[in-house]
Amino acid sequence: MNVPMSWLKEYVKIDVDLKTFVDKMTLSGSKVEKVEETGKEITNVVVGKIIAEEKHPDADKLRVMKCDIGSEVVQIVTAATNVKVGDTVPVALAGADLAGGLKIKKGKLRGVESNGMFCSVEELGLTKDQFPESPEDGIYVFLNSQDMKLGEDVKPYFGLGEQVVEYEITSNRPDCFSILGIATEVAATFNTEFLFPEITVKETAEDCRKLAKIKIHEPELCNRYAGRIIKNVKVKDSPKWLKDKLISAGLRPINNIVDITNFLLLEFGQPMHAFDYDKLVGHEINVRLAKSNEEMVTLLGDTIKLDDSMLIIADAEKPIAVAGVMGGEETKVTEETTTILFECANFNAYSVRQTSKKLGIMSDSSKKYVKGLDPENISYAIDRAAQLINITNSGDVLGGLIDIYPVPRKAITIPYDVDWINAFLGINISKEEMESIFRRVRFVVDPKNCLVTIPTSRPDVTMNADLAEEIARMYGYDKIPVTLERATPTVGGKTYFQKTEDRITQMLRNCGAYGIRTYTIESPKIFDKLNVAKDSALRNVIAIQNPLGEDFSILRSTTVNSMLNALSLNNNKRNDSAMLYEIGKIFIKTDNQLPDEVEKIMLGLYAPNADFFALKSVAESLIDSLAIENASYVRNQELDFMHPGRCANLIIGKNNAGFLGEIHPEVLKNFGFNQKVYVMELDLNTIINATKKDLVYKPLPKFPSMERDLAVIVNNNILVGDMINLINERGGKNLVSTELFDVYEGEQVDKGKKSVAFNFKFRAVDKTLTDEEVSKSLKKILYALESTFEAKLR
Amino acid sequence: MKEQLENIKRSAISEIETSGTVKVLDDIRVRYLGKKGELTSVLKSMKNLSKEERPIIGQVANEVREMLEVSIKDRKLSLEKVEQNQRISAETIDITLPAKKVVVGKKHPLDKTLEELCDIFIGMGYEIVSGREVENGYYNFDALNLGKEHPARDEQDTFYINADTMLRTATSPVQVHTMENQSLPIRMVAPGKVYRSDEVDATHSPIFHQIEGLVIDKNITFGDLKGVLAEFAKKFFGDKVEVKFRPHYFPFTEPSAEVDVTCVMCGGVGCSVCKGEGFIEILGCGMVHPKVLEMSGIDSKKYQGFAFGMGIERLTMLKYNINDLRLFYDNDVRFLEQF
Repeated sequence: MNVPMSWLKEYVKIDVDLKTFVDKMTLSGSKVEKVEETGKEITNVVVGKIIAEEKHPDADKLRVMKCDIGSEVVQIVTAATNVKVGDTVPVALAGADLAGGLKIKKGKLRGVESNGMFCSVEELGLTKDQFPESPEDGIYVFLNSQDMKLGEDVKPYFGLGEQVVEYEITSNRPDCFSILGIATEVAATFNTEFLFPEITVKETAEDCRKLAKIKIHEPELCNRYAGRIIKNVKVKDSPKWLKDKLISAGLRPINNIVDITNFLLLEFGQPMHAFDYDKLVGHEINVRLAKSNEEMVTLLGDTIKLDDSMLIIADAEKPIAVAGVMGGEETKVTEETTTILFECANFNAYSVRQTSKKLGIMSDSSKKYVKGLDPENISYAIDRAAQLINITNSGDVLGGLIDIYPVPRKAITIPYDVDWINAFLGINISKEEMESIFRRVRFVVDPKNCLVTIPTSRPDVTMNADLAEEIARMYGYDKIPVTLERATPTVGGKTYFQKTEDRITQMLRNCGAYGIRTYTIESPKIFDKLNVAKDSALRNVIAIQNPLGEDFSILRSTTVNSMLNALSLNNNKRNDSAMLYEIGKIFIKTDNQLPDEVEKIMLGLYAPNADFFALKSVAESLIDSLAIENASYVRNQELDFMHPGRCANLIIGKNNAGFLGEIHPEVLKNFGFNQKVYVMELDLNTIINATKKDLVYKPLPKFPSMERDLAVIVNNNILVGDMINLINERGGKNLVSTELFDVYEGEQVDKGKKSVAFNFKFRAVDKTLTDEEVSKSLKKILYALESTFEAKLR
Repeated sequence: MKEQLENIKRSAISEIETSGTVKVLDDIRVRYLGKKGELTSVLKSMKNLSKEERPIIGQVANEVREMLEVSIKDRKLSLEKVEQNQRISAETIDITLPAKKVVVGKKHPLDKTLEELCDIFIGMGYEIVSGREVENGYYNFDALNLGKEHPARDEQDTFYINADTMLRTATSPVQVHTMENQSLPIRMVAPGKVYRSDEVDATHSPIFHQIEGLVIDKNITFGDLKGVLAEFAKKFFGDKVEVKFRPHYFPFTEPSAEVDVTCVMCGGVGCSVCKGEGFIEILGCGMVHPKVLEMSGIDSKKYQGFAFGMGIERLTMLKYNINDLRLFYDNDVRFLEQF
């Protein structure tokens, strides 16, 4: 909300410097975003009167003028043709700054000294729309020159030099989207008087209520509709004071009727609309819902299709305006208009918001309505408009007001509790001081019964907490003493789950991985990029109804695309290697309203010498560091985006904890990789649930262990993991560890075969094992390998 | 014979003193004191001496032997020292050569900030709570006092899954879940991802991170809220930071405030980051609205509370002087390794 200071000061007496004003307003809740001075760059342009003119001795197109600027007479050489002796004009003196950075210097024009320049409105950063009396191409000549003082700054005349303060208005204070609303806040903040404008209307004897019928068909969506009729309308330029006001607030003057409605939009925050009365079929106003096939041409000339959710204004036949959003072309005020009907109404904010959204039309009017307006303002606002018609001599205001207001909004009265408010805020102020604050914010106080009546413009105040806010902001947030809670102490901290999550990420960093942050929303196109089969469950994603674009239109069902994107960016930036991790969610559709949100540990890497086992070592380190038991790896050939020969599932007990492996060569191509990439996606819950919460110490061994090596030859399609599982199963209770130390394929063994060598450690809890006992165990292992995998002792 | 012993002594001592290595010294020892050594053979020939002479010469011979043994020992020690010094000097290396690198990864800067924030609040007795990212209208809006027609429901650019299901626009729904499920008193912070339909640019992202805080207990005041957040600001930004509370509006708190702190870039003098104001906004907060308490089944006459929320990206950008939010989501290792 932009409010020119001079306009504001018409309603409230304040005399503080701008900095104090800005700081105090911000601290009382009307945050000042910025202060801008209109025409700030213009300097040293004064009122001057041309008192003599001579021809330039050397140039036909130039004239040498003598100009009185009060304190002295300056000589100015000009090429302008529209000025003459006796004209009063804006004079840019030597050293002046004009719009667009133009600087005026002393100089000579064809040998004749010139000490300044006469100005057009454009040179002052203004337009001819704003000052239609200015000549088509020439110097601006002041109209009422007798009122001008020579030598005076011209800025006030052009409405420049105004301090315009921009306030951030929060959505609980729609009343502050008006200059009067801001003025009440200023008055409250500075504890000074608020001066409501004096409104008087000169009416003719004719009663307008006989000339038009207004009917509200949807009282839920429109709780008040008022109209006034103006006859003998003269559509013309507004007077200068009115134009100046609009310009200072950043609006362009159009004509008197539009300017008056815009004035009301600024002053009261109340939108108004003017219909050409003679074009209203049946001289009727119907506030009703549109029919689903109705159409209307707007003021801007666009044809819009209406539907039966939209509130419209219709005459006896057709829509003539979309309520609170935009008027229609057909009934708009034109130069030929002689009678107008002013609309001043209150439409439901939600309804205007929905309609405005559906039509894609945001107007100055709809912007006000969507905030929610006070219907009590309407009678003042429409009378104020009538008063301006009087003042600007724009027509004859007929007698009476057509005012349909079936259920008036009533001011509510609520009790206040001084002790509660003091305790709630942590302050200690007297009942009287609180009451004086209530009066400052224009609440009516009944001190005997501790009741306040809240103005209808403040529907946000309904209970003690709201009253506490009023007290706090007027008393000063800065004055409320800082305390530390003295209530029940609590012990903060992380849960086991959260701590384990921290251990996991710490372990991944120890393995060399960097933490990343990826987007959980992505494009449905990624499934093709990941080679995912058309019927894959992964494609059954949750879609966003109103996405920013296809790229952010679904919730991810796998983390692989996120990880590949991050790795691919690094690859494209020619970073030689990258190992990245994140814990983040995937989203799985369910039969319920809400999807399952499953947290995944993702890790991905590429590096010059990386292979599957570089990735697997991270998984193994993680499992070891978390003391997870029963972890094994089984081949996974099901994932479309993984290399089927180089992908495994991590199984913990009976649960699948996720997969790890090399990305499918085709997918690598799709992502533009020139090297192999390895990724892992593990289920956070499964991992954390598999960790041992309570570790128990095992006594250190008392007896020495015995080591034995064993090398066997097997077919090369036998998985070493399967061999180890079998060994652990059959090795007996004294087998304490099995380490693989060599796998060999080549000249020394037959084709299609491999040699696998293990080192075993045997130990008993209660004695030193004998050679025979160990040999017996080793024989069992060999036998198991022979009978299951057709192994041969090497 | 005495003279013979004296000669042995003289020549042995001189040899010992001029010996250059432990090895040479060892040879000297063998030559004089070994089984067939010169001194040993003199001692062996003592049996030929008279009874009177024997003890006298014997004493001299013993003296010579002891003297040689001591000299050899001393010489050996000093030679060993020399040899050790030579070895040490030969083993000297260029300690400025770079070591073999063990790559240890780092936390993402947003995680770093999150962790720092969580630690500060854990120290003040808070628990960490997490919540859903897909919510229904009740938790994302209604229970936070944002009724269906509330204008603020439009101001937050919500991504909808369907009419009543959406990606959470703030971490605030976690407040509601916590109030519904947890026993009182409550002190919690809830970090997490939130979603708004903002196009990606240097300061916007459709996904970003917030941390939400909630305290519910008896006798909680607005002054307590100021106290806790001032304490937090000092811990996060440093002791010198000045904290200002400004009135603001949030549907779920009343009264509400925005908090400004001394600009971290210029220290309050005024710069482009704080737009010359010397202060920057870091968070929103307020006393939990009684309607919000009641909707979650908490008696607002007995209990009060406060809530606060802040953007992790913004805090991180301020903390590390990062000027483009997209860097967080690019995940370029050259960026990540700086934290």
